[in-house]
Amino acid sequence: MKRKVDEFMERHGLGVGDLVRVVKREGDERVTFEGLVMPPYELSPGETLTIKLDNGYNIGVLIDAIESIEILEKAKEAPKMEFREVLPRKEGLPSVTILGTGGTIASRIDYKTGAVHAAFTAEELAKAVPEIFDIANITPKLLFNIMSEDMKPEYWKRIAHETAKALNSGEDGVVIAHGTDTMGYTAAALSFMLRNLTKPVVLVGSQRSSDRPSSDAAMNLICATRMAVSDVAEVMVVMHGETSDTYCLAHRGTKVRKMHTSRRDTFRSINDIPIAKVWTDGKIEYLRDDYRKRGEGEVEVDDRFEEKVAILKIYPGVTGELLEFLVDRGYKGVVIEGTGLGHTPNDMIPAIERAVENGVAVCMTSQCLYGRVNLNVYSTGRRLLKAGVIPCEDMLPETAYVKLGWVLGHTDDLEEVGRMMLTNYAGEITPYTKYNTYLI
Amino acid sequence: MGASGDLGRVNYEELGLKVGLEIHRQLDTFKLFSPVPSDLSDEVDFTFERRLRPTMSELGEIDPAALEEFKKGRKYIYEGNYKLTDLVYMDEEPPRGPDREALEVTLQIGYLLNAKPVDEVHFMRKIVIDGSNVSGFQRTAIVAVNGKVDTPWGSVGIPTVCLEEDACRIVERREREVIYRIDRLGIPLVEISTTPDIHHPEQAKVVAKYIGDALRATRKVKRGLGTIRQDLNVSIKGGARVEIKGVQELDMIPLIIEREVERQLNLLKIRDELKKRGVKPEDIKEEFYDVTDVFQNTGSKIIARTIKNGGKVLAVRLPKFRGLIGKEIQPGRRLGTEMADRAKKYVRGIFHIDELPNYGIIQEEVNAVIEKLGLGEEDAFVLVAAEEETAKNALREVIKRAKEAIEGVPEETRRALPDGNTQYMRPLPGKARMYPETDIPSIFLPPEEKERIKANLPELPQERIERYIREYRIDRSLAETLVNDERDELFEELVEKGVKPSLAASILVVVLKGLKKEVPIENVTDEHIREAFELYLEGKIAKEAFEEIFKELALHPEKTAKQVAEEKGLTLLSEEEVERIIDEVIQQNIEVIKAKGMGAMGMIMGRAMAKLRGRADGKLVSSLVRKKIQKIAG
Repeated sequence: MKRKVDEFMERHGLGVGDLVRVVKREGDERVTFEGLVMPPYELSPGETLTIKLDNGYNIGVLIDAIESIEILEKAKEAPKMEFREVLPRKEGLPSVTILGTGGTIASRIDYKTGAVHAAFTAEELAKAVPEIFDIANITPKLLFNIMSEDMKPEYWKRIAHETAKALNSGEDGVVIAHGTDTMGYTAAALSFMLRNLTKPVVLVGSQRSSDRPSSDAAMNLICATRMAVSDVAEVMVVMHGETSDTYCLAHRGTKVRKMHTSRRDTFRSINDIPIAKVWTDGKIEYLRDDYRKRGEGEVEVDDRFEEKVAILKIYPGVTGELLEFLVDRGYKGVVIEGTGLGHTPNDMIPAIERAVENGVAVCMTSQCLYGRVNLNVYSTGRRLLKAGVIPCEDMLPETAYVKLGWVLGHTDDLEEVGRMMLTNYAGEITPYTKYNTYLI
Repeated sequence: MGASGDLGRVNYEELGLKVGLEIHRQLDTFKLFSPVPSDLSDEVDFTFERRLRPTMSELGEIDPAALEEFKKGRKYIYEGNYKLTDLVYMDEEPPRGPDREALEVTLQIGYLLNAKPVDEVHFMRKIVIDGSNVSGFQRTAIVAVNGKVDTPWGSVGIPTVCLEEDACRIVERREREVIYRIDRLGIPLVEISTTPDIHHPEQAKVVAKYIGDALRATRKVKRGLGTIRQDLNVSIKGGARVEIKGVQELDMIPLIIEREVERQLNLLKIRDELKKRGVKPEDIKEEFYDVTDVFQNTGSKIIARTIKNGGKVLAVRLPKFRGLIGKEIQPGRRLGTEMADRAKKYVRGIFHIDELPNYGIIQEEVNAVIEKLGLGEEDAFVLVAAEEETAKNALREVIKRAKEAIEGVPEETRRALPDGNTQYMRPLPGKARMYPETDIPSIFLPPEEKERIKANLPELPQERIERYIREYRIDRSLAETLVNDERDELFEELVEKGVKPSLAASILVVVLKGLKKEVPIENVTDEHIREAFELYLEGKIAKEAFEEIFKELALHPEKTAKQVAEEKGLTLLSEEEVERIIDEVIQQNIEVIKAKGMGAMGMIMGRAMAKLRGRADGKLVSSLVRKKIQKIAG
């Protein structure tokens, strides 16, 4: 159904940005407003017309109370802004491609209408974050524009191919601007799909939108670019290290997780220490020396991926029904987020046995996130092992999910799946649990 | 008209005086965008630091000066308290709210100021990148429009009533960083601005009082230092709009306006004289003369020390300015003072020819500078002693101010001083850059909700005074002071609890005001007062004890009323104890009583009360004494 405001604007020939005079009733009195017509908010009930007054403030005017409206001046066609896609190269600087996948790392605000536009041309980036152009010759490329929560495996494949293409055509590193909600999943996916990686691949995002002066976007992008020209030939996530605008952390793509809904320092390494601390001025403090070093050679993309994989969380009261459903629907793999050391209720075990009998790979991780699963300590664990569950060491449930999809893209032989799940491809499994990897 | 200021006869209408007010007041609710208590504390639990990057406009432009400033690395350090802030104000969580009570109070204020509420409230982000708002913007919304205040001089419009968030408190400004305390950020602030239709200094006070009354009527505004901020915009014909910030007291408003008019008139006189002398802004050149050698053996300690530390004495020529730099423009303030205020960013002070010889500088040195600069009879100089670059920067400010003097009155933001004068603060702010706060859905105000608020408006202070006189039968002057000093809420609470209105009023007004001269009475909190009255109602103290208790609490606010009463021996004695003390007094004076009978009553009462004042009810003592004397006298 058409909202009142849309109908009203249509009836009066009102366009966004038109200067109008509105007279409305307020009790027995009349109030007159002059200002610009603003676009109605998406999903608002639409009972009001939004006007931007001369002092810059917006107010809503109840449409049912409007007595008259007069257009004083039609909106002028906004000057079409043209920004250069590529800027002249600077000699002696490395080259970095920035792939855009959605969200904004820089934006322009139209203070007249309040509209915020994403800015992704080289010229706009150079204006918004000039610092990165002193670090490298930057080639921005917008791949697609989706919300982080709408990310899916087919997009991972596209990102992987574009990244490999850039790296194999001589770029020194690739930065991928990504929404933060599912950045950890994409980082894991790229970690498995990009084989023989010889250069840095850095995922970056922001927790505060780039239209605000306090945004973390610029600093994260600068630090990401620093890591993209560094010596680390791994898939990394580079984001704020703490709430202060001091340094960023470069996390290994398979061991990183978004741990806070809103803080800048939301990304934390789990069960592992980050690769490095990085500052905007180029200082990098390596926190470990076992990272993969920059080298020679073509990057390969191995993007075979089975999408019929699910994550199943265990909770008191859960039954085998959910798992049965997945099996019946033809799922090929399930990552269980078990309790504690990696458990399910005992009465769920028959369902797991049935799943395995049907050729479904069932992997065990822990909803504790921190620590390693161990199915030998309690009898439940031993029963689960006997049922054919693959215990995933200290892998994050999300990483195990992505890895299982990737592994199942290569084989459906459960024994082989088990062997591959326990092979360390991209730092997703640490051999032993270090003391200094908890809550850091 | 000189500094003496016989302004009573000034015809403000003829001068084209225009004044507008902007009043900010904190609301006593939770913070605006998450339910954090609106309190301040000096306890710092943690700090964090941020930078604020200038944002790009639609045309892809960034203010180059702001970007340059950013690149220099200005940092903001925020001091936080776990209880009094949260992630919202640290800009680490999206805003919640707004606080419904704050919104409702703002609507009440709107109605009390004859304004009309909007149909839908839209919060905006107003860009502020001095660090005082952690996010880099202040959230603000128009809640009501088109109000007015009627005064004997005419009606003054109130175009907007806004609800916004207060900013951080500044702790320290350093060269590359500013330290803020974050606790104040987010306290709801009502902003009321008037049209510039105030044409008389007294009218401004009447308008400010009216607005203040409407605010207080809600009983939901904060009290005390820093909770209210009144800004004045003042201009006269031929002068300029000057924004005066930080006016604390209502009574000062007319004086500040008078002084600003005086300042602008005197600056215009200086301009006219400079015009007559034929000087143009371009005649003032940015040429710095090194006159350090003139002061090699100076008696000026400041200059001698600067030279010893490797600094220089630099001078600039101000052609045709002789006699005008020293001209008084406000009592005790000269054009030279205004130049010094501008230079304060770099140096502590300047020296100008009109005030010399003085400050250890002798005539010979003045003459030597005049000669070195080749000054004519009407020409002036200004000196600065400092490290060379600093001195140059300071003198550039002086030159800028001198050029403005040729044009007349500069538009600027000034700070109100306690004596009614004003001092340069910064240039007038540019037009605010605003865009919608998309994290907060717009708030629809249904007509029936508006009606409900309108039908239940709080009593205005004037009505309250009349009601007190009528209902509680207290003096008009007591009633007025209770209401105007904002003790009315507490007063009603005490009466409700059973304190006699006349007693509550006289303690709150007479006793507390009387102590003002002796002790810092503002330290006595409502909680202290409540507690003392509770002791009284429980029969633990006499009404005579209040004064002593409040006096001690003013000096030691960390104590409780009960503690003080016990320490000072002000708790009431039991009837038996009273009787025992009276018996003692009687025994000591038994001869007199025997001789005079009831005639000894006055003397015995006096001696007994000397021991019992504040510790026993006077009536009880008197009846006991009477009974006992009668018994002895038979």
